[in-house]
Amino acid sequence: MSGEAAAAVPARAAKGAVFDRAFEALCFGAATLLLVALVGVMASLTVGGWPAFKAFGLGFLTSAEWDPVAEVYGALGAIVGTVVTAGLALLFALPLALGVAIFLVELCPAPLRRPIGMAVELLAGIPSIVYGMWGLFVFAPWFARHVQMPIMMAAEPGSLLETITAGVPNGANILTASMILAIMILPFIAATLRELLLTVPVHLRESAYGLGSTTYETVAKVSLPYIRVSAIGAVMLGLGRALGETMAVTFIIGNAHGLPTSIFASGSTIASTIANEFTEATHELHTASLIALGLVLFLITFTVLGLARALIGRKPT
Amino acid sequence: MLKRSFLGLAGAALLLSTAPLGEAQAADISGAGATFPAPLYAKWAEQYRAKTGHRLNYQPIGSGGGVRQITAGTVDFGATDKPMKPDELAANGLAMFPTVIGGVVPVVNVPGVKSGQLRLTGALLGDIYRGVIKRWNDPRIARLNPGVALPNLPITVVHRSDGSGTTFLFTSYISLKAARWAAEVGANDAVKWPTGIGGKGNDGVAAFVRQTPGSIGYVEYAFAKQNNLAYALLQNKAGAWVAPSAETFQAATAGADWAKAPGFYQLLLDGSAPKAWPITGATFILVRTKPANPQKTAEALAFFDWAYRNGDPAAQSLDYITLPAPVKDLVRKSWSKVRGPNGQPVYTAK
Amino acid sequence: MSSASLRLSRRLGAWAFLGFAWLATALALLALAAILWTLVSQGLAGLDLAVFTMSTPAPGSRGGLLNAILGSIMMCTLAMLAAVFVGVLSGTWLSEFAGASRYGKVVRFVNDVLLAAPSILIGLFVYEIIVHPMKGFSGYAGAVALAMLAVPVITRTTEDVLRLQPVALREASVALGAPLWRTVLAVLWKAARSGMITGALLAFARISGETAPLLFTALNNQFLSLDLSKPTASLPAVIFQFALSAYDDWRRLAWAGALLIALAVLTVTILARLLSRETRRS
Repeated sequence: MSGEAAAAVPARAAKGAVFDRAFEALCFGAATLLLVALVGVMASLTVGGWPAFKAFGLGFLTSAEWDPVAEVYGALGAIVGTVVTAGLALLFALPLALGVAIFLVELCPAPLRRPIGMAVELLAGIPSIVYGMWGLFVFAPWFARHVQMPIMMAAEPGSLLETITAGVPNGANILTASMILAIMILPFIAATLRELLLTVPVHLRESAYGLGSTTYETVAKVSLPYIRVSAIGAVMLGLGRALGETMAVTFIIGNAHGLPTSIFASGSTIASTIANEFTEATHELHTASLIALGLVLFLITFTVLGLARALIGRKPT
Repeated sequence: MLKRSFLGLAGAALLLSTAPLGEAQAADISGAGATFPAPLYAKWAEQYRAKTGHRLNYQPIGSGGGVRQITAGTVDFGATDKPMKPDELAANGLAMFPTVIGGVVPVVNVPGVKSGQLRLTGALLGDIYRGVIKRWNDPRIARLNPGVALPNLPITVVHRSDGSGTTFLFTSYISLKAARWAAEVGANDAVKWPTGIGGKGNDGVAAFVRQTPGSIGYVEYAFAKQNNLAYALLQNKAGAWVAPSAETFQAATAGADWAKAPGFYQLLLDGSAPKAWPITGATFILVRTKPANPQKTAEALAFFDWAYRNGDPAAQSLDYITLPAPVKDLVRKSWSKVRGPNGQPVYTAK
Repeated sequence: MSSASLRLSRRLGAWAFLGFAWLATALALLALAAILWTLVSQGLAGLDLAVFTMSTPAPGSRGGLLNAILGSIMMCTLAMLAAVFVGVLSGTWLSEFAGASRYGKVVRFVNDVLLAAPSILIGLFVYEIIVHPMKGFSGYAGAVALAMLAVPVITRTTEDVLRLQPVALREASVALGAPLWRTVLAVLWKAARSGMITGALLAFARISGETAPLLFTALNNQFLSLDLSKPTASLPAVIFQFALSAYDDWRRLAWAGALLIALAVLTVTILARLLSRETRRS
């Protein structure tokens, strides 16, 4: 090696190092911005919701009484509705999203792959208000006529089935809201899972096939475990959307404030309550209670995500 | 290449965003608040701009939003369907005046009963909405409707899920006529409904009523008329059975004494005029008595002055009820309360 | 267990699995078809040239959606620019620089929480920090609110996709003498390009239909205005107001607007995939 080349190497390494540090600092700054944003939002919600916490204390979280005239507010009904609809939505959407992702990666004939993939992503692009309107004008009546009515007619008076399916047969209830929510979050989870499945190294899958595995075994025992930790991210995307979705749920959930008593009962979620009442609320306590509800949703999200993390155990690859 | 097209688009967006567009001399007035008068204000704004070039941008973010924004000073005027009491106005440094009138109509879906056939009273509405009267052929309803074949169907109560001036008017009226309701539920833009399902917006209520046989709901008059919903007759204070129409709304307005209402705080419920529709109410504008931007407030008042003089045909075409001329004059006089930094009224009607 | 029945149970499992995957996809496509049917049949009725040339009308007057279309394009573009910048960088930090650090765990958690934030609360927050102090609604505030909704999606997907790139890729780049920033930009991002684009598209799909945050930040505007420092019209806000109104012509425009949003997302998706020209590994 000539002297000039030897001298050039340290110079380039030094220049690269400066950019490296600058680049890392830039990335760090971007990440910290997220933290700042969340702290800002939580602070703003705490300040705005303070009058409600002062007035009701912890009873705010345990009471289902929501009476704007008497100025008594309790979050329990909305909390239960939020958790139930998000949980049901994830329950419906996750297996379907997994199925769709696996289909697109393993089973789909090559020419159909792109169109079907784009069709699924198109579901994500439909404005949430359209889901709401479609749910109200198309899905709810269909559900009422073809699912709810037959079940209610078949249930014997006084039986357990009758109690858990009691409700007005117009399709506006917690179950239908969860189903609409499931359709909404399906594309987010499916698209992400598909991308993740595509990162599984070819040689891993080929060796599994080479050993005689069926498609099912390759996917279940090789691909999925490989992406497991990152796949949680896909689920988080869907769960996050389900917890915070407003428009699609508001139209079809019936918006009753108490605790739901059956799967065909009306209910409410935190997001739908805020959306419904915030713009018209004039009294300070009403507004503060709605903002306090928002803070409660953040707390629910913290809890649910924390639990998920603890259960699944996040290890960096 | 993707990067480049992205940057190009971004540059274009930034350039466009800073370019002033044509009418820089004409005033841009902004207002926000009640949803009820939004279509009418949009129509007036369209005509006003054609006439004068000034652009008045009104957005329906809700009565609560209207009050909040004018108090915060982020808009030039606010609008509310729920009138504010004079002491509230004084506390927030606001002045209030009415623009147009509207009403709330009970709508029903009872198989075999035509629109305008069913008779109800305020007390009956209270009992139905409290869930005390559960079936359509209940003797209390049948008594008022001798010639009508009422089916043995359960009543499905439909109310609003979102806060609304319509709910405020409806529950205020029932509170007047049904003491039990006033005690147990009360009147507000959002209440704790004893029973029933909640639809979002007039549209949601109408959809539920249309889809569910045996249901009853309440919507704005313009909505009921534009969508041909089956309405019920109500018995007013004078004892007459009235149907909702421009005539009965006018009767309710004419019967009110605006001169005696300080700050124009007036609920037009249960009017005593012979043909009055019982569930009527005005919608109001809010401006600051000491505006931060006197010029813009003056423009806003000029707009409403113009609307009073020229906006009646538009209002009638959209099924709103206009104020009687003496009330408009009273409003113009009240504008002298809105003063600029020099102590002079910002706008004097010509 | 004999080898014959083992083979049978495995085969049955494989068939059931295949059947389930087909069924899931069929259900998803059915839902899409049902919704699109409503959207297209209602939306096409309202689409005509005036939609693209005239601003929003009062009921009974002729008009279109020009102001809303332009407003949405401006705000979404600004928001996506900011969101991609912040999102990709923070996702990269989480994947490449955070390692197993405590702070990295915190930031990851924070990102997931922000993902779940109801858009209306983000709108309220931006109202408090921008609109209220500046005493006016503006398109810039709207863009900030939309960006805050898009960033967590992009961060999430960027981190996940970068994480799954083989270590060998990074090692090879370093072995060739590339500095770290070069490795990330020229090697990792390029390899993960398809996944990152998916993330950006999902974020765009999300913010293009959001109404609540815009109501508190950009408000809406009846007239055409390209000045982002004033209230700015947007398609979701117009759809929200018109769809629930009493007037047929407004409702037709609302559905036309909804169809436009869906078409826009579809177009951007197709364009992005075409331009990236990714090659499938399989």
